[in-house]
Amino acid sequence: MSVPAIELKNITKTFGKSVVANKNVCLTVNYGEILAILGENGSGKTTLLNMISGIYYPDEGQIFVNGEEVSITSPKDAFKYKIGMIHQHFKLVDVFSATENIILGLEDDGKYDIKKASLKVREIAAQYGFEIDPDKKIYEMSVSEKQTVEIIKVLYRGADILMLDEPTAVLTPQETRKLFAVLRKMKESGKAIVIITHKLHEVLDISDKVAVLRKGEYIGTVNTSETNEGQLTEMMVGKKVTLNIDRSDPVDPTDRLIVAHLNCMNRDGFKVLSNVTFTAKSGEILGIAGIAGSGQRELLETIAGLQPMVTGGVQYIVPETGKIEFLRDKTPLQIREMGIRLSFVPEDRLGMGLVGSMGTVDNMMLRSYRKGKGIFLRKQEPKALADKIIEELEVVTPSASTPVRRLSGGNVQKVLVGREIAAAPTVLMAAYPVRGLDINSSYLIYNLLNEQKKNGVAVIFVGEDLDVLLGLCDRIMVIGSGTVTGIVDARTTTKEEIGLLMTKEVRKDA
Amino acid sequence: MHKEPLFHIVKRETLPWYKSWGVRLLAVVCALIVAGLITLFLTGLNPIKVYATMIDGAIGTQRRTWALMQKTAMLLCIALALTPAFRMRFWNTGAEGQVLAGGMCCAVIMLKLGDKLPNGLLTLLMLVAGVLGGAIWGVIPAIFKAKWNTNETLFTLMMNYIAIQIIGYYVLEWSVPKGSGSIGVINQKTQAGWLPSIGGQAYLINIIVVAVLTVLVYIYLTYSKHGYEISVVGESEKTARYIGIDVKKVIIRTMCLSGAICGLAGFLLVSGADHTITKDTAGGNGFTAIMVCWLAKFNPIWMVLTSLLICFLSKGAGEIATMFNLNLSFSDIITGIIIFFIVGSEFFINYRLIFRGHRKEANS
Repeated sequence: MSVPAIELKNITKTFGKSVVANKNVCLTVNYGEILAILGENGSGKTTLLNMISGIYYPDEGQIFVNGEEVSITSPKDAFKYKIGMIHQHFKLVDVFSATENIILGLEDDGKYDIKKASLKVREIAAQYGFEIDPDKKIYEMSVSEKQTVEIIKVLYRGADILMLDEPTAVLTPQETRKLFAVLRKMKESGKAIVIITHKLHEVLDISDKVAVLRKGEYIGTVNTSETNEGQLTEMMVGKKVTLNIDRSDPVDPTDRLIVAHLNCMNRDGFKVLSNVTFTAKSGEILGIAGIAGSGQRELLETIAGLQPMVTGGVQYIVPETGKIEFLRDKTPLQIREMGIRLSFVPEDRLGMGLVGSMGTVDNMMLRSYRKGKGIFLRKQEPKALADKIIEELEVVTPSASTPVRRLSGGNVQKVLVGREIAAAPTVLMAAYPVRGLDINSSYLIYNLLNEQKKNGVAVIFVGEDLDVLLGLCDRIMVIGSGTVTGIVDARTTTKEEIGLLMTKEVRKDA
Repeated sequence: MHKEPLFHIVKRETLPWYKSWGVRLLAVVCALIVAGLITLFLTGLNPIKVYATMIDGAIGTQRRTWALMQKTAMLLCIALALTPAFRMRFWNTGAEGQVLAGGMCCAVIMLKLGDKLPNGLLTLLMLVAGVLGGAIWGVIPAIFKAKWNTNETLFTLMMNYIAIQIIGYYVLEWSVPKGSGSIGVINQKTQAGWLPSIGGQAYLINIIVVAVLTVLVYIYLTYSKHGYEISVVGESEKTARYIGIDVKKVIIRTMCLSGAICGLAGFLLVSGADHTITKDTAGGNGFTAIMVCWLAKFNPIWMVLTSLLICFLSKGAGEIATMFNLNLSFSDIITGIIIFFIVGSEFFINYRLIFRGHRKEANS
């Protein structure tokens, strides 16, 4: 048998005393093989790859490359061993072209020869079936094109071992298929590939072997051909889980929020939303699908009064009286003072929804601190609410005053969603509410949204996992580059249809 | 070749308070040893003797102790002024100018109305003018920041020089005797607009005012709605906007307060201590206060300790320089070493080092 590309023996990495990111992890990757590392968020997948690529240094254990023990103390070392990592967050210079980014930082003797370099980029692209324009600037590129640049960057440096951290998280189903085709070609040409993901069907689709991590511990490696979704889930979570979302039919849906002909610019004057029109109804979940960055965030922020709209309007229909209120040009505070209970779970939890350095109690106070006369804060109510949320949603935290930044992603989200639901909303908007959450927390959030729907709340749910959108929502609105490309019935549509809508070009004059 | 790095850095859990203070104490001890060795090598003096002189210089006599306390109170007052702004992540480097602006307004009234008003009214007017002067100096950069997002660090810094030059101009203009370049002690005979001595101690009233202020600032920041808004804006402007805080209003209001307290410090300096105004009235404390603030991690109560430490060091080190006929820079060296160690100790409170070879031990 040939020498394995990478072999890890008993790798352990801790952060502080109590956070064990990796414990005694043993892995083997061979050339001409795709290994998937599977695990929930926070199970230590990224930490593990960061140790192989020289960003962290393991506390214990050994790394072997091509059978020899090595010490990788910097990304440069990693390249020396022909290891290349494609990070989840791209590290590219926006105003440079693809080629310029690819050769950036390369220590070649002699001068930079852009022409020669872009010729080589084209060669690599042709060899593996990438689609790329070497002269295109990064800021003109889609997410998937940027990812292509990142991959070519490591191939250009001669990497034989490629590691990809959640490469499919930002891609449409069609783009994912293309990426997988490229990965298969690389595998055939003898490269060793490690891919991180937490999407099971992708693991089964692309990999030869699957290594499972759970809470930093190495659970085991199985051959993909000999396993199934059930077994992998069990390995990941540690127990059998049933993954069913119980979707009820909407009861008596009435119009609650009417968004009409919304146009919106970002700070730089680029149009991010154009002519968006839709209606959210009480007692139903309206899903919003689209490639990340297509205007979902701006849409919700505009409705919440955080972004100015250029033209268009948002109408709110008061449930008791049927009176119409106009939300255009209102600040979040004004909207609340009008008696409209609009709750919003933003995408950026610690940067927008919560204050990371404050405890659960103080974060509860964000919504209510103005209550009461006088200049002093009153902490009893928020304290009671914090205790209630911690108990009911099973938030794992040392105390109600522990900074929420120190909690795990799932618990942070429980605190945020708990607070927003506690305001007894009539409209609940949630942007990527399960991003980064483990399976159990995700389902808890789905159930909470479902409960709100049953209570007659108009729920707007921006999601990325199409399977979830199809299973949870009543209607799905698809956004592509800031325009609505379609609104479909979630019970009858298919993933393929939504995928097509996501990339559909809507002519500006239409 | 396989070689483990000499050491790598690992983040610590939060240390219990007694351990973290132990580390800080150890840092001070180490600093004293290093500074002692350097003293020995550079000057040949006995370090123990040098330190004794230092303590003597700071608290050797009653007069020196009072002077130390006055200096500490003033530094603390300015640090307290910076705290609300710093908690909001508004880097106000203009305390020097805000103190001078307040002091200047107050001196003008003292000078021009000294013999026209009853003393009580005069003092009150000086207080109002001082606070207002500081507040205006502080709020100008805040308005620009709120409206056009200008860089507050540079803006407030530049405002210092404007204040210094204005004072320079008027000190020359109003100098007594004419052309001497100094205003001299204002109202020396009548003592109009001078804060009264309490129990024969000229500085006691300043110290009491600052002590009360410390508690007030602490309460304001910790228990008031305004204080909460400041923390939210400081931590994340996006969160503040999301929950409907008017960020611009908070920035302007907080800088108004920050400048006002600086103005109060200016009033205390002019009316309660110096009884004159010069370009050096703030004496660089506007900048030293930034360090006081950071060392205490923006906690007003801890600032009492950090401002005392810094004043103690500078008083003591000054004494060394005169006693042993050393250059003044030498006392700066000693102060620098001590502060370096204290700041550096924070690293060891947050991180620990694992040295080569220790990994295997941990394994077994």
